[in-house]
Amino acid sequence: MSLTTLSAAELGRLLSRRDVAAREVAQAYLDAIQRKDPTLGAYLTVDPERTLAEADVAQSKIDAGDAGPLGGVPVAIKDNISTADQRTTCASKVLKGYIPPFDATVCTRLRDAGLVGLGKVNLDEFAMGTSCENSAFQLTHNPWDPDRSPGGSSGGSSAAVAGGIAPLALGSDTGGSIRMPASLCGVVGFKPTYGRVSRYGLVAFGSSLDQIGPFGRNVEDAALLAAAISGHDPRDSTSLARPPIATDALRSGRLHGIRLALPLELMSDAAEPGVLDSVRAACAKLEAEGATVEEVSTPSVRYGVTTYYLIAPSEASSNLARFDGIRYGSQVDGSGHVGTVAATRGKLFGHEVKARIMIGTYALSAGYYDAYYVRAQQVRALMAQEFETLFDRFDAVISPTSPVVAFRLGELSRDPLALKLLDTCTIPANMGGFPAISIPCGLSDGLPVGLQLMSPVMSDEKLLQLAWAAEQVLGSLDLPLG
Amino acid sequence: MVLMSISLDEVQHVAHLARLDLDEAELLAFQGELNALLGHFEDIADLDVSNTLPKPHAVALLNVFADDMAEDGLPRERAMGNAATTRAGLFLVPKIIED
Repeated sequence: MSLTTLSAAELGRLLSRRDVAAREVAQAYLDAIQRKDPTLGAYLTVDPERTLAEADVAQSKIDAGDAGPLGGVPVAIKDNISTADQRTTCASKVLKGYIPPFDATVCTRLRDAGLVGLGKVNLDEFAMGTSCENSAFQLTHNPWDPDRSPGGSSGGSSAAVAGGIAPLALGSDTGGSIRMPASLCGVVGFKPTYGRVSRYGLVAFGSSLDQIGPFGRNVEDAALLAAAISGHDPRDSTSLARPPIATDALRSGRLHGIRLALPLELMSDAAEPGVLDSVRAACAKLEAEGATVEEVSTPSVRYGVTTYYLIAPSEASSNLARFDGIRYGSQVDGSGHVGTVAATRGKLFGHEVKARIMIGTYALSAGYYDAYYVRAQQVRALMAQEFETLFDRFDAVISPTSPVVAFRLGELSRDPLALKLLDTCTIPANMGGFPAISIPCGLSDGLPVGLQLMSPVMSDEKLLQLAWAAEQVLGSLDLPLG
Repeated sequence: MVLMSISLDEVQHVAHLARLDLDEAELLAFQGELNALLGHFEDIADLDVSNTLPKPHAVALLNVFADDMAEDGLPRERAMGNAATTRAGLFLVPKIIED
């Protein structure tokens, strides 16, 4: 038995029965990282001493009966989530050397539940990208084929979980940054309802869209991690005053009588035939178990990418104004105060981050605000309403997560629009705040295809039950964990 | 409604507003990228949204209050530990007002 091939739930059970010690599990993963990460490039920071010390704390919690079902289980953390006294770079030169003096709420909750931090994983700089290639520090490779992208922006999280160098990971999702890489790596990625997981300590990108969520190798693992990090947080004023996500009824999920809507616009020619075949085959399997799948039309999704690329950069241009090189991060000398700030930002932000700051600054500037930003918010309202109306008749919307399987590194990096269009299926959930999950549903050309399920605001538990039931029918992939 | 294309001067102005020091090549690159994107924004320029209120939040909340209780914050040294330069417990910034 290899500890690194077990699911997180299985590991948690072994740990709670004290069949294995938290330190042993942590060490097994640290060894796997040392062996495999030079090829995968998932981790930006690994600190074995810190991880082993956290494992000892977790063990005391397990021994005292204070740990949750994931007590002693390691977790990789996307490097835009603040970890006290451990560098947090957002994969940007502007935060090189930055050591947060506080923990994100999700990190406090991980520790309270007895989880063990394995290290910080790679992302597109400030979570802006779809391939993880915008990291200022390194490329991350897809464990299914090292020449291919793990997806983005949470590409380090998806590669670590699929590649057997983390049983669980946290990511963040602004327009699909959890679900899309989960799809490309054949793992489960879940974006909870906006506000169910605190954003305190998540370095802000698009504040009205950002949401932290879990990666796991199956639905149960992702659900247990979601349960550990969710719940109201007074430190985030957009946090919903609701209890943590419950998982006790997860295995009561049934497909019989479930009504699924399949938007034709998300099954368009823009998607690869292999992806569409795989999603159609999955729908047939769910129907065979008593679910109904009805084709519907959601014309607003055509405007999703355009709307997203106005709202997210506008919010980013404001959020990223804080990186001035004065209070934290690196500084580049310039002439006077404005010169120093502009030199710092001009030299240390990467191209994509600067592009989005430019778009956002333009869209918010005098004379253009109504034509761009306000109009985008109106279209956002139309999109949200369109899906809310669907939810009157359907339990969930089903679609591909990504229109493509994992693409080659470098293949799309010179075509920014093609990369942005990959977010078409995932953007609606961020626009409406809906929970959405990607689960693997098969292979196309030997690479994983992701199936997305999306449901109404605050129906996270029902969505996870549905995804669990679907997983029982669709089976899981043979991940390259070894 | 037709949206305007953006000139190099405007790109320079936006870069100044955004406090981004960009070289000539970057300014030209962003002019191209912004104009390409602005072309796509035309997609939504003709949509009828006259009866639609803007949606600024994913899930709207009203009047989020916190209890009025004093809590310990970060100690000053810890809060300022990442600063490029400090003096006497304050952030030291480059000169703002010229002599």
